[in-house]
Amino acid sequence: MIDARGLICPLPIIELARTAADAARGDTVTVECTDLAARYDVPAWARLTGNEFVGESETDGGAIALTVRLR
Amino acid sequence: MAAARIYLDAGGSAPLSARTRDALSAGFADGWADPGRLHAESRRARALLEGAADAIAEAIGVRMEDVHFTASPHEAFNRVIAGIFSARRGRERIVVSAIERDALVHAAAHASSDRLSTVPVSAAGHIGLDDLAEAMRVPDVALLAVQHANQEIGTVQDLAAVSALAQRAAVPLIVDATASIGHVDPPAHWDALVAHPGDWGGPAGLGVVALRPQLRWLPAWPEGDPWAPGNVSVPLALAAAVALQERLENLHTVSRHMSDLVRRLREQLALVAGIDVVGDPDMRLPHVLTFSCLYADGEALVAELDRRGFAVGSGSACATGTLEPSRVLAAIGALTHGNVRIALPPAATHAEVERFLAAVVDVVGDLRTRSGAPRLG
Repeated sequence: MIDARGLICPLPIIELARTAADAARGDTVTVECTDLAARYDVPAWARLTGNEFVGESETDGGAIALTVRLR
Repeated sequence: MAAARIYLDAGGSAPLSARTRDALSAGFADGWADPGRLHAESRRARALLEGAADAIAEAIGVRMEDVHFTASPHEAFNRVIAGIFSARRGRERIVVSAIERDALVHAAAHASSDRLSTVPVSAAGHIGLDDLAEAMRVPDVALLAVQHANQEIGTVQDLAAVSALAQRAAVPLIVDATASIGHVDPPAHWDALVAHPGDWGGPAGLGVVALRPQLRWLPAWPEGDPWAPGNVSVPLALAAAVALQERLENLHTVSRHMSDLVRRLREQLALVAGIDVVGDPDMRLPHVLTFSCLYADGEALVAELDRRGFAVGSGSACATGTLEPSRVLAAIGALTHGNVRIALPPAATHAEVERFLAAVVDVVGDLRTRSGAPRLG
């Protein structure tokens, strides 16, 4: 779980990409964001980098958690 | 010597041609009087205003009396939507596509007290016709608003199919043609249409409304001109008409040239790792293009391109000074950060496009390196 709360675009996506670079294929990575653009940009990042967007859920405190599976 | 500026942000505010500037001067020299009075000076101003309306009407394919000027496209959306909505008493809902302009959506939300149905679009930006048919099945739809072409991604809608659904439901169709008139042939399928002279190289401070004669609407204000209370500026209207005529004289030549330049940009940008080129590749405006660059900050991208002499727009949240990114990019599932939006003016050249391509690759590379993002591809 990456805590990207308080970061604005494109920083949550950069944090996600850095974590993904060190993770293994098949791993899932979740990024927790308050930035409104992340909700669109995490699925778009997955599409552009050949990964799979799994879904989003609300977390305590009004943030959203966006999950991708690495391919 | 510093290189000349390259202006690539002509959407809604294109540079004025010499002929348009001359028309503006002529309008101030001969059309300064109030066109609504009884003397010779007023008649001269009125003749210029009617001439301008006539020329614009002909370009849109309607009669002069069906064309009205407003103070801006925003004002045009407000008055058209409020006027039709009032005449459709008892029907409370407005249906819009997910990529309509903010100004239109705000006008529709205000008129309908937020009873909006938003119809999703495909990844290429086309309104979902099955979803639209579903939305129109509700009995209380007052009106439908679907744009002719999108000002950000360039996608042109299939208005014949949209209009067929509106007609089957007996619901009036408002078409936002603010990004298309002056660049492609005008749309044929609409009940009310809004156009924007600033987008076709006319002066700022004017909107245009065209209404089919059989369309019912009610004035939103009890007295005066229902479209431009306090009169429209005659010099602005005259210059807008001259600018449109100039565009139409070589519409197809310019449009082919624009398409060549945009195709070159789309092809070359698509080769760069982590650049998302969006919008329909074929059914599109000739001069408009949007792309998003992974890991780049939209505001920094616009600022750095500006420093290097290129004027571009952006739909990224940070570049628009809002928290929400462009509703268009969000609706089509495009990357919203690192966004660059361009609308070529007719004078754009192949050499300028090549310089722009080189600058984009360079600037995006710099921004990515500074961001600490992992290498792509």
